[in-house]
Amino acid sequence: MSIEPLVFFIVAACFAFFVLFSLLRIGLGPTIGDRVVGLDTLNTLVVASMIVLGAAFDQVVFVDVAIIYALLSFVGTLYIARYLEGGLE
Amino acid sequence: MNVLLYILLGIGVLFNGLGAIALVRFPDVYTRLHGATKCTTFGSLFTALGVIVYGFARGGAQYNTLAIHVIIALIALLVTNPTGSHAIARAAYRSGIKPKGAVVDKLEEQS
Amino acid sequence: MLAFFVTAIVAFIFYLLLTFGSGTIGAWSLEEWISGAVLSLIVGAIAARVAFVRNRDGKKSSLRMLNPLRLLLFLVYLIGPFLWAMAKANLDVAYRVITGKIRPGIVRLSPGLSTDFGVTLLANSITLTPGTLSVDVDEESGDLFVHWINVSDPEPSAKTVCGSFPDWARRIAE
Repeated sequence: MSIEPLVFFIVAACFAFFVLFSLLRIGLGPTIGDRVVGLDTLNTLVVASMIVLGAAFDQVVFVDVAIIYALLSFVGTLYIARYLEGGLE
Repeated sequence: MNVLLYILLGIGVLFNGLGAIALVRFPDVYTRLHGATKCTTFGSLFTALGVIVYGFARGGAQYNTLAIHVIIALIALLVTNPTGSHAIARAAYRSGIKPKGAVVDKLEEQS
Repeated sequence: MLAFFVTAIVAFIFYLLLTFGSGTIGAWSLEEWISGAVLSLIVGAIAARVAFVRNRDGKKSSLRMLNPLRLLLFLVYLIGPFLWAMAKANLDVAYRVITGKIRPGIVRLSPGLSTDFGVTLLANSITLTPGTLSVDVDEESGDLFVHWINVSDPEPSAKTVCGSFPDWARRIAE
């Protein structure tokens, strides 16, 4: 059971690499919609890597932050979506 | 037990990567949302399952707490992800982005 | 009033899950019991009218989800057909990423669901299952506009696009 932190770090590194793809989409995206899709994917990847890093460092607080991050990023996405739709009714 | 953990984490990484590639490769907002939402939700589900298995297998108060918190994070992800993607799709349509190469568009006919 | 208590109890359960293993009364310390009770009462007072919205026909519908049979059915649905469809959806996306074969379009579905919870459940299921993404909803009739990645029929029935999901949503929510 001693090798596991290393495995979790490798998984987190893979997620960090995938974040680059979504950053590419945020940078390139021809429309605002594309950028928001990139941002949404980035948020999910950050939550996943926080969970994995929480297991790697044996720190529960990482996972607590991940819960709050998931909920707040959802609110942020809804906010941007509402803005794109054209104001609050 | 270790093998199960590696399989779960491997599936998670594989599908998250697939989502990231789909994000770059597909042609317009809606198809990108397809790839991104499905694959990252599924990938994160399996990554989190891996951590839950790890937590309960290690035992002890701290690891059980870790597993329970991961379950709650997983519920938060599963509820918010499709809803957020629906909100983005609706906002993109209402802000005037048409699906590229669409063979049929009932929403346009309606409004 | 019932909505208030249900919301507060759900909030309390989540609080207790998050503070599991903090003491000796049950698995929680006295401080966590007290602060959890106070906080969940506050949350219940604020969030009850958001969590239990009125339906289109004016009746409160969400309370029917308290029926344990419905909750059990919901759980069965999540673990069985939903997870299987999600796995298929991901392989489908993999196939389309590799081959680049897409034929997109937005189609209209009439699942014929009357409760808000049912429509929400179906829309979220549609987003996570093979080749479909819910874009918009007609709030009067409950019809869904679905972005379908491989259109084979411009006017499909709900059955051809999402299989048995409308039946499940009806069984769970109505």
